[in-house]
Amino acid sequence: MTNPTVPDLASPALSAGSQPPAKPRPGVLRRLVKRRLAVLGLVIIAITVLGAIFAPWLTAFGPDEQLFDGLTLSGEPLPPNVTYWLGSDLLGRDLLTRILYGARTSLFIGVVANGTALVIGTLIGVTAGYLRGWIGGALMRFTDLMMAFPALLLAICLAAVFEPSLWIVALVIALVNWVQTARVMFTQTSSLVEREFIAAERTIGASGARILFKHILPHLVPTIIVWGTLGISTTVLLEATLSYLGIGVQPPTPSWGNIIFENQTYFQAAPWLVFFPGIAILALALAFNLVGDALRDILDPTQRGRE
Amino acid sequence: MIAYLGRRIVQSVLILLGISIITFALLYLLPADPVRQIAGRSATPATVESIRRQLGLDQPFLVQYGRYLANLLHGDLGRSYIQRSEVSQLIISRLPATLLLMVGAIVCELLIGLTMGLVAAVRRGSRTDNSLMVASFVGVSAPQFVVGLLLLYVFAVRLSWFPIGGYGTFRHLVLPSLTVGIMGAGWYARMMRSSMVDVLHQDYIRTARAKGLGRLKVLLGHALPNAILPIVAMVGIDIGILMGGIVVVESVFGWPGIGQLVWQAIQRVDIPIIMGVTLVSALAIVLGNLLADLIAPFIDPRIKLR
Amino acid sequence: MKKYLVSTVAAAALLFGAATAMAQDVDPNAKQGGEIVITYKDDVATLDPAIGYDWQNWSMIKSLFDGLMDYKPGTTELVPDLAESYEISPDGTTFTFKLRKGVKFHNGREMTAEDVKYSIDRVVNPTTQSPGQGFFASIKGYEEAAAGKADGLSGITVVDPLTIKFELTRPDATFLHVMAINFSHVVPKEEVEKWGADFGKHPVGTGAFKLGEWTLGQRLVFERNADYWHKGLPHLDKITFEIGQEPIVALLRLQKGEIDVPGDGIPPAKFQEVMNDPEQKARVVEGGQLHTGYVTMNVNIPPFDNVKVRQAVNMAINKDRIVQLINNRAVPANQPLPPSMPGYAKDYKGYPYDPAKAKELLAEAGHADGFTTDLYVMNTDPNPRIAQGIQQDLAAIGIKANIQALAQANVIAAGGEKEGAPMIWSGGMAWIADFPDPSNFYGPILGCGGAVPGGWNWSWYCNEDLDKKAAEADSIVDPAKQEERNKMWSDIYVKIMEDAPWAPVFNEQRFTLKSARMGGDDSLYVDPVHIPINYDNVYVKDVQ
Repeated sequence: MTNPTVPDLASPALSAGSQPPAKPRPGVLRRLVKRRLAVLGLVIIAITVLGAIFAPWLTAFGPDEQLFDGLTLSGEPLPPNVTYWLGSDLLGRDLLTRILYGARTSLFIGVVANGTALVIGTLIGVTAGYLRGWIGGALMRFTDLMMAFPALLLAICLAAVFEPSLWIVALVIALVNWVQTARVMFTQTSSLVEREFIAAERTIGASGARILFKHILPHLVPTIIVWGTLGISTTVLLEATLSYLGIGVQPPTPSWGNIIFENQTYFQAAPWLVFFPGIAILALALAFNLVGDALRDILDPTQRGRE
Repeated sequence: MIAYLGRRIVQSVLILLGISIITFALLYLLPADPVRQIAGRSATPATVESIRRQLGLDQPFLVQYGRYLANLLHGDLGRSYIQRSEVSQLIISRLPATLLLMVGAIVCELLIGLTMGLVAAVRRGSRTDNSLMVASFVGVSAPQFVVGLLLLYVFAVRLSWFPIGGYGTFRHLVLPSLTVGIMGAGWYARMMRSSMVDVLHQDYIRTARAKGLGRLKVLLGHALPNAILPIVAMVGIDIGILMGGIVVVESVFGWPGIGQLVWQAIQRVDIPIIMGVTLVSALAIVLGNLLADLIAPFIDPRIKLR
Repeated sequence: MKKYLVSTVAAAALLFGAATAMAQDVDPNAKQGGEIVITYKDDVATLDPAIGYDWQNWSMIKSLFDGLMDYKPGTTELVPDLAESYEISPDGTTFTFKLRKGVKFHNGREMTAEDVKYSIDRVVNPTTQSPGQGFFASIKGYEEAAAGKADGLSGITVVDPLTIKFELTRPDATFLHVMAINFSHVVPKEEVEKWGADFGKHPVGTGAFKLGEWTLGQRLVFERNADYWHKGLPHLDKITFEIGQEPIVALLRLQKGEIDVPGDGIPPAKFQEVMNDPEQKARVVEGGQLHTGYVTMNVNIPPFDNVKVRQAVNMAINKDRIVQLINNRAVPANQPLPPSMPGYAKDYKGYPYDPAKAKELLAEAGHADGFTTDLYVMNTDPNPRIAQGIQQDLAAIGIKANIQALAQANVIAAGGEKEGAPMIWSGGMAWIADFPDPSNFYGPILGCGGAVPGGWNWSWYCNEDLDKKAAEADSIVDPAKQEERNKMWSDIYVKIMEDAPWAPVFNEQRFTLKSARMGGDDSLYVDPVHIPINYDNVYVKDVQ
């Protein structure tokens, strides 16, 4: 699913007048924490990470433990009470425990899937932007092709071809999400290549690799950082959606999306089973969006226009 | 202009071709066997083979794809394996519902998003601005199925203001459109805000105010139209993003569109339907992008069609 | 003079006259007229009797079409339908049916024996791609017709416009059931040829209702067939099927009086609520289904090749708890056949829930430390949940089962591979009987014939001895000997349980909720052959 917080820079409507960013200046972190929204995002991320790491110590139950007392005699889940702080799910498992362990899944997939997407996208985009010519053209045409593919349908088809597992889900998401990154990297790289000092370096006789690594890549780092952060938000949402449809992370491994999938038939009688994991998904995606947006402001202000 | 249009059309056709072959390949690789589903559980191996032959599913990949493409050029999307009806018929009967949902979603996102952006820009720096911008972030970060279930629960189940899913009247359309539109609304809010801020700083605005025109009149008469233009160009690209939402939202609300159709088809490996819906969605996305790119130069003369 | 076996029902008909036999079916309390609304979530796939094979369209097709035989409403008792009477030869290989006169198709034409032959030939014809082809395998000429080499079944002879004769290659005790299932229902040749592959969307039959309107994805309307041969039926003037309605929405609409029966049943989340409300509970009819949910164990994949391991699995599953997970809407099962099926072994105790003993058995089989395996399941709710319940039970005796939740077609594909899936939870794909006969639970899913690539015998269990016994039991055609036949089948299934290729878990119960205005005997609302209700025989009480 494309990340709608960033307008499509490749479209002619917006590429008028875009400039590549300056190299990252020191003190990024300091400037980041001055922004309240970014701090909020960082706090949420910190809570999620801590919750994920310390889950076993924070909870009395296991995430897979189906407790006899977790259900009424007729198979209904329990609302939040003293024993089950967020209630129990349809198999009698403690919801709070599953949400905390679910954080591990979301973070794992977020990092792995997004990291992979970033690598693929950067490789393709930079190669296309640097080499130009027919290789570049072919790569970009391929990227255009994948952009026109309805993302969720592609993910669903890919998921159906493989046997499900955590790594496969991450791979599937990466294969769907690399496209935006590739586009942006291509645009950045192309305009950098066009700048005069690159031409100047060439005249002096600098080798291609030297130009690439010394002059181009450093300028791309801010974009990579920004996209890396924003991308985790998209990835978290896509994983939640796939798990909600039943084709993402497989139970009993808890994922916020598959908790909703398993329990949604009861959402009228037991809405907490949908809303607690739903809020968790929202919070994490929001956090990465806030931080990513702030990073973009700091590192790459020209992408946004006047603030 | 004509040359540009021609080139873009050729590009679009090539894109659709590429998508068709990738989808066909993925479906070909599926470990499930659609013939067994059709043949039913009491079929003998001989029957299964006979059906496989009849459907041409025993042919190599390229032959099968070639046949599909040839039929496609005649407008024949094949027949559903499970229902035996023509896929084009099934899609046509359900397309209006999905289109209606998309129109509803676009209306919602523009109404909500543009208003939010406008107000935020006018009250730049204030608490209203900040809250609206946080709200827009929330809109963009919210998983659509959760939003859908939440809206259903609060407004349909608890308050009974709207029917609980289904299709037919305007009231049925409201909640699903909102669900799909909220994400876009967040995006448009932020775009509108920056666009509006840009415009408000322009000289001609100051001139108009200096001339003594009322604040509101300047805002609505001069600033707004100019601020909106670049955004309107984005609506075409939006279609791609909206397409992503329909499978899930149609499932949550029981909306009889092509998203529901393709989801059922995927469960049963009904390949002709999956191919048909994917191609139709891709077509919509491609047309949307084309539209956006064609409108853009009329809106902003700085943009040149490459 | 040859002596023929005459069915008891036919004898009754001869004695008391055909008119009386028909009058038995018509409820004297029934009022004529009225309309009802039934809701479904999914679109109806097709109404072609040769093709329709899902639980949603099965009963709809029964109302639009008729076959030679049918079942007494609300029961599993066979009665002649389009046939007025029938005779079976003493060796059980020849069935001769005399058809009723004056039965009309919805398009006005009278039905003849030619139509019956045409309809069955059509199902066997490979170009129709009918999933019901295999049911007619016992008719002479099947091999050639099914391969497309012959133009029809040589074993079906039209003796005269109202008499049709079937010759079988072997005595087949299930043949009358086969004459009752949808695949044998009679279709008019001219309409099939007119509509071709779209006949399923424009069905024309001899049934109690005809298709009025079909708006894809939204609604179907059935209208009363005024010329229906069975006088007095149907009672209703119109049935509207509304599509795309979620079960929870349907329930709310029922409570508001907008619809009459939610076709997909009571949603699990509301079940308790409905049953706790005396007013609603009074309108719920509970009945059994010819269904069993089971775990299959692939005897080709170690350690499931060891019977002790399979028996251990049977003892490890806490069936009461699994039933609790689905809100007690089922009863625990201990054998392949469901309780309402003839041939069910009432006295068979099965394997008790005994994890300690299960662990012992595992140790005896050499797996004292347990083992790791995969449990395949369909990925629609509630099946992954049930699979997790089973997973936990297996973990308690040391078996670590990884859940593979896939789309239905993928699980079926895995099950059909010789060493594809070690364990499969059948939920969502569980066997529901095609007809109420014990043999229906054997052939494709437990017999050697099903243990082939692409087959549905997912445990790949093949016992030649039992196959022989099954064939023997199925050759007992004499109606007077049915008790003996049922006993043979009971024995077969008990023997299967000794080998334990399956772990039967539960039999789903049916709960049909109806509106207050619906009338008719309760059995019509949990009719074993018609799901959800018997459309032809129900009526509404508030007709003016």
